[in-house]
Amino acid sequence: MKFKVNNNEVFASTGGRPFDKKKPLIIFVHGSGLTHMTWVLQTRYFAFHGYNALAVDLPGHGLSSGESLKSIEEMADWVKDVIDAVGHKKASLVGHSQGCLVTVECTSRYPDKIKTLSLMGGAGAIPMNPELLSLAENNDPKAVDLMMDWAHGPAGHFGGHPVPGLYHINTGTMLAKSRTIQNTLGVDFRACDNYKNGFDAAKKIKCPTLSILATDDKMCPVKEGKKLASLIDGSQVDIIDNCGHMMLLEEADRVLTVLKKFITTNYPPLSS
Amino acid sequence: MSDKKKELKPNTYKFDTLSLHAGYQPHKNAGSRQVPIYQTTSYLFDDVDHAAALFNLERGGHIYSRISNPTVGVLEERVASLEGGTAALATSSGMSAIFLTVMTLCEAGDHLVVSSQLYGGTVNLFRLTLPKFGIKCTFVKPRDTEGFKKAIQKNTKGIFGELVGNPGNEIMNMPEIAKIAHDAGIPLMVDATYQTPYLCKPFEHGADIVIHSLTKWMAGHGSSMAGILVEGGKFDWMQNDKFPTMTKPYEGYHGLSFAEEFGPTAFTMKARAEGMRDFGPCLSPQNAWNVLQGIETLSVRMKKHCSNAEEMVKYLSNHESVAWVSHPSVPDHPDHKLAKKLLPNGRGSMIAFGIKGGKDAGVAFINNVKLASHLANVGDTRTLVIHPASGTHSQMDEATLKFAGLSHDMIRLSVGIEDIDDIKNDFEIGFRAARKPRLVSNQ
Repeated sequence: MKFKVNNNEVFASTGGRPFDKKKPLIIFVHGSGLTHMTWVLQTRYFAFHGYNALAVDLPGHGLSSGESLKSIEEMADWVKDVIDAVGHKKASLVGHSQGCLVTVECTSRYPDKIKTLSLMGGAGAIPMNPELLSLAENNDPKAVDLMMDWAHGPAGHFGGHPVPGLYHINTGTMLAKSRTIQNTLGVDFRACDNYKNGFDAAKKIKCPTLSILATDDKMCPVKEGKKLASLIDGSQVDIIDNCGHMMLLEEADRVLTVLKKFITTNYPPLSS
Repeated sequence: MSDKKKELKPNTYKFDTLSLHAGYQPHKNAGSRQVPIYQTTSYLFDDVDHAAALFNLERGGHIYSRISNPTVGVLEERVASLEGGTAALATSSGMSAIFLTVMTLCEAGDHLVVSSQLYGGTVNLFRLTLPKFGIKCTFVKPRDTEGFKKAIQKNTKGIFGELVGNPGNEIMNMPEIAKIAHDAGIPLMVDATYQTPYLCKPFEHGADIVIHSLTKWMAGHGSSMAGILVEGGKFDWMQNDKFPTMTKPYEGYHGLSFAEEFGPTAFTMKARAEGMRDFGPCLSPQNAWNVLQGIETLSVRMKKHCSNAEEMVKYLSNHESVAWVSHPSVPDHPDHKLAKKLLPNGRGSMIAFGIKGGKDAGVAFINNVKLASHLANVGDTRTLVIHPASGTHSQMDEATLKFAGLSHDMIRLSVGIEDIDDIKNDFEIGFRAARKPRLVSNQ
């Protein structure tokens, strides 16, 4: 579906079901340089089971217009604006990687609006490798290739995707190259590198929170994810073996199973 | 110790490694080092919710082997990885892969621009069968790049061609034809059977969908029929209103828009969800496994195929019984320069040559070679020969034969990986026999 936030058109996948104001809202926020499509193996389930599942394209990404937002704080405010724009008072947030920084900041800023928070491959800070940052800011496609290499665990490099026939390293590469790299990945990496408020923001979070971490995650290692989770009262942690940072694709079923249990328990669907 | 900073390099697996490993994780399959053959029709659901989730494309997995199968899935992922594609769908043959591609793209009333130099079966599909479904085609000679542009109509939904035409070895200027297609907002579909991804990756030159008859060099041993379509993932289906079945809500899946939902894998998802469901040209797991065995040695075999082919080109070019030789490695081949650009790892192992003495000599040659096999296939490890005008393209009339660039003296040679001296010795027997009828007629 398309709607406007701050006069810019926003695209959000609804998981193949029409948006219905009566249903509780879940917003999925993608990682650096990526799009709503990274969530396809999670959103459709919720959309078919009593929720509005909105996988948004951040401004300037995927099918959304406008320019990429330059800071995590701006993105956090933008997510709050999305909740308002679709006419809801509250939402559950799900973030991946950079999306975790955004959703942590959003939840700390607008605690009354957020019902639950789910973090996939999250950390309190994501400092960028300077060379990778420079490549992305200089529009070098090697930045995407490096990101896809580091973002997949050893098992993920072989493939074996749950969706038959899909080779996810190439799919991720194509998503990250679908718009101008310096305007998406470059801006996002700089925003991640600049963001320093993650640990303080985490201390303010009181809603039910879930962290899904992966043992082979090089970009947001388990140690960093646990550190963030330890600052959030009552936070649940689930760790996936033999999996890298792209857990939404590498272990899509496992992620969905854990997420489904957490969200339906803490923010029940509209029963049909 | 050096102070020089190490340059960052992606360590994703390279071609030869992907040929052996892509798409498969042993630890998820009882530790089986070899890909298991899942000889089953169907798959248990955990519960009703799980069944519904699979049918609604809410999660990945298998329902019924007509739609997908774990062994076939490994093959699909492996070929997608080798081509640099996002996704792939394997079928029972190369022809069914072409048919499924067209039926996923087109509706009745649509039009395609098609290269005229194609395998005979493909010509008949586009010329005679697709019109029965309301899909019309305009044929353009593969070297007539501007002709592809001129042939595009309002209702044209794509351009299709064989990168190196069968059997005349004419090469499409893929980068330029891709630009023509993209300027018109339509995809370029390329049958790259002759090349395999070892010789050429069409996505790097602008193709959007790549099709293979896996029966040929990919499987390589002449044992199994199989085909595949691979998606490049770059084509924007939402850029215009030409592809409503990709972009509009689809009744068959609760109003799903494939392009919105699956983006760079939308075409493959639609081909599987709709095409395999409704037409059902599925690949058997046993054949998928056989093809996987072939792909494991693809680069090793292709090197030998190409080196043997270049030896045969030299031999034939200097032979008194040969009127002409067509192979992209020949310097005076019209597409020699283009072949160097598009096929840097070798120009393939298909040779067309004209035998002096015309049709009668061709028939005598074919009937007398002993090592080379006379059959309707290419891309076997063994050397194969055929006389297209009386074999693969025999269903064409004179005018169509001429338009397809075929002559009665043409022999199509698929060079195998036998010892090169044995192939040459065998051809000497064929050429000796071919000269005899001429001697008789001269007396």
